[in-house]
Amino acid sequence: MRGCSNRSKQNQGKAVCMTNCPTLIVTVGLPARGKTYISKKLTRYLNWIGVPTREFNVGQYRRDFMKIYKSFEFFRPDNEEGLKIRQQCASAALNDVRQYLAEDGGQVAVFDATNTTRERRETIVQFAEQNGFKVFFVESVCEDPDVIQENIVQVKLCSPDYTNCNTDEAVEDFMQRIKCYENSYETLDEVLDRDLSYIKIIDVGQRYLVNRVLDHIQSRIVYYLMNIHITPRSIYLCRHGESELNVKGRIGGDSGLTTRGKQFAKKLAQFIQTQSIVDLKVWTSQMKRTIQTAEALAVPYEQWKALNEIDAGVCEEMMYEEIQESHPLEFALRDQDKYRYRYPKGESYEDLVQRLEPVIMELERQENVLVICHQAVMRCLLAYFLDKSAEELPYLKCPLHTVLKLTPVAYGCKVESISLNVDAVNTHREKPENVNVHRSAADALQTVPPHL
Amino acid sequence: ISLVGGVVERPKMQRQVVPGQKGFYPKNKKRSSVPQFTNSPTLIVMVGLPARGKTYISKKLTRYLNWIGVSTKAFNVGEYRREATRSYNSYEFFSPDNTEAMEIRKTCVAAALKDVFTYLTRYQGQVAVFDATNTTPERRQVILSFAKDNGYKVFFVESICDDPEIIAENIKQVKLTSPDYTDCDKEEALVDFLKRIECYQQTYIPLDDDTDRNLSYIKIFNVGSRYLVNKVQDHIQSRIVYYLMNIHVTPRSIYLCRHGESELNLLGRIGGDPGLSHRGTKFASALGDYMRDQSISDLKVWTSHMKRTIQTAEFLGVQYEQWKALNEIDAGVCEEMTYEEIQEHFPEEFALRDQDKYRYRYPKGESYEDLVHRLEPVIMELERQENVLVICHQAAMRCLLAYFLNKSDDELPYLKCPLHTVLKLTPIAYGCKVESVFLNIEAVNTHRDRPELMPTYV
Repeated sequence: MRGCSNRSKQNQGKAVCMTNCPTLIVTVGLPARGKTYISKKLTRYLNWIGVPTREFNVGQYRRDFMKIYKSFEFFRPDNEEGLKIRQQCASAALNDVRQYLAEDGGQVAVFDATNTTRERRETIVQFAEQNGFKVFFVESVCEDPDVIQENIVQVKLCSPDYTNCNTDEAVEDFMQRIKCYENSYETLDEVLDRDLSYIKIIDVGQRYLVNRVLDHIQSRIVYYLMNIHITPRSIYLCRHGESELNVKGRIGGDSGLTTRGKQFAKKLAQFIQTQSIVDLKVWTSQMKRTIQTAEALAVPYEQWKALNEIDAGVCEEMMYEEIQESHPLEFALRDQDKYRYRYPKGESYEDLVQRLEPVIMELERQENVLVICHQAVMRCLLAYFLDKSAEELPYLKCPLHTVLKLTPVAYGCKVESISLNVDAVNTHREKPENVNVHRSAADALQTVPPHL
Repeated sequence: ISLVGGVVERPKMQRQVVPGQKGFYPKNKKRSSVPQFTNSPTLIVMVGLPARGKTYISKKLTRYLNWIGVSTKAFNVGEYRREATRSYNSYEFFSPDNTEAMEIRKTCVAAALKDVFTYLTRYQGQVAVFDATNTTPERRQVILSFAKDNGYKVFFVESICDDPEIIAENIKQVKLTSPDYTDCDKEEALVDFLKRIECYQQTYIPLDDDTDRNLSYIKIFNVGSRYLVNKVQDHIQSRIVYYLMNIHVTPRSIYLCRHGESELNLLGRIGGDPGLSHRGTKFASALGDYMRDQSISDLKVWTSHMKRTIQTAEFLGVQYEQWKALNEIDAGVCEEMTYEEIQEHFPEEFALRDQDKYRYRYPKGESYEDLVHRLEPVIMELERQENVLVICHQAAMRCLLAYFLNKSDDELPYLKCPLHTVLKLTPIAYGCKVESVFLNIEAVNTHRDRPELMPTYV
């Protein structure tokens, strides 16, 4: 993890310093081209890797201001009153952007609006220059009617704008809305806009045009955007079967499965069969317990060192009771900031996220995947898909013998939790009430789950 | 293909024991990260007029892919032509109406493609880079058919440049010293080469956004100010695109050195997180003087998260960034031991390590192979940056050095990276100039050579 200079504090709370000045990402494109989808996804990814990011959706400002949406007429280019309101909304959003980046510690702001005219974009560029922000445009261009139709079905019909319409009316109105923008649409031009930094995404990723990438964060954003897709698929996350060290209440190590763990592996194989998944990839870590679990599936699988459980350093293979006895201070510090706390000679959740970033990138590229991993690792992956904060992440519930099926839908992710009905110990330790370094052993061990 | 995970698909028949456990190492020399059953091999095809950086990109890309564990080889048709014709006369050879030369050139392409086949299909290479102008759709179709017949995926890399300064610099750096021009004076060589470019210009048809929309390619404009990427098919192509979009040709230097001598270094112990010895602090101070003398604009300084590199950086009195990825190799159960102690407590492990130092993973620790994987983001960022000083550790420095100097897995773990010595790397032509600067502060030697006799375990 890249920390900042001069201080050699071990458990630095500071976010990754990848940028000097803050970055303003500006979406460009007609309605129903995936701008909000991209904005939300990119925001989720950047926050997960530790770059404080927020999206500002101008449509939302318009809904807050207008309260009621009547029809596409609001967006007609000759509707002066409409234009005025839309301008005000854009300004209000930009003002909030400025606040976020200049005062509230944000590093990236995603300005999500159509921004289809050169004039509007020029205003934003000037705004950014005045405030010392770098600008990066993300334009989505798509003329495939099937894609646009699917888009409208997935996210427009259920929009607050159309709560009181039937499907056909909504689609008709939305199509008219798109038309309002079409005449004045000025796409980013290779010549006229050659000094701007941007990526143009054509036909949902068939082709990309990338111009003047200025720095590391823009390079990472481009790489990410070039790896995501919208082909329907599901990601299955689960832990290895119950292990020998699990039942003893010991953390880490590299133990094998218990009898119940092996039962789970068999049930997992059956479950996968019943799901009838097309072209399923199976990934494990390089630790015995995940590999043994995968072996029961009798299909090829890939081993990733990056999926190994968090390294508990000097506390490897200890019970929580033993940690409290030999390292009471460390134990308390961990409870104070479980995300950033690093075990001596071990890792933190923050380190884990960094380690897992290539896994997430490859998960984005892939389609149907089953990931057999570990508690802390699964929490990190889950936090990425479900947009959980650093505070929530280390306490996400990932019980043994339970499969989470994640299916991207609309702007988020549907989660189905499937317990395979094989008993296992509980390994989830809630945050205790008392996290003070001088607390009693009883207070410290208050939330330790039962074990042998 | 999984590059990132390091280990790939193992069908049930070929169960793999978790590495690091006792004993089991594959009999064949293949690295554990090479897939047993690959997807199709990839044929990267360069496209572009002469002096557009095709060979520069081919060699750099090949070096990078090999370093991250993807077996790659470049095939430069110009070299085949030099073999076939023995002596180069003039640009007339490349004239589009020189039918005799055309025949020779076609034969060279065929010979190169035959070698590509041998490499990808017979020797199970994963990527071949076909480095030639390939400036006409006809020629590209020949290659596409060849690839289709053999089940290779094709990815084109086209370099388009109309900036005369870049082209002139290019010619100066790599053409004037080419074997083609050993007996010419610089002026003559330049004139001839420019005429050579003209021969191609007449028939050059770049990849077309419309007619070539079903091909997979990246077009690089003016050394990276703009890119067009079309139909990336898979992981390896995505990684190639990412890499190509991060490299640049702006002149700069990369300084690599280790932390100052540490307390554990003095005791002959490996790993740990000790502070600097007295001589180590003197080195750090000398490093500060040396870097100031280099008078570098905008120098970035990187360290690991370990005390000894951070203490060294502190003496420079400038801002520095800490990278966990730059930490020394984790020696697991052998951390803070002397080699004598390792021999005493873990003689088997010690022998296994000497048998295959690159792939050997300390129990509960790491291998050099793991280190390379860990360091990949550092390399990527080094490519993006300009002047950087990296203060790291012996094994980490060996991995970085192997990347810049194109050293094999076999050589990597034995590269000499002594304490108190700065290596200044300056990219030049197709490679890297290395200046080794010893800062005149004595230190222990921590280098352990490859043992003479291959040890077997007792």
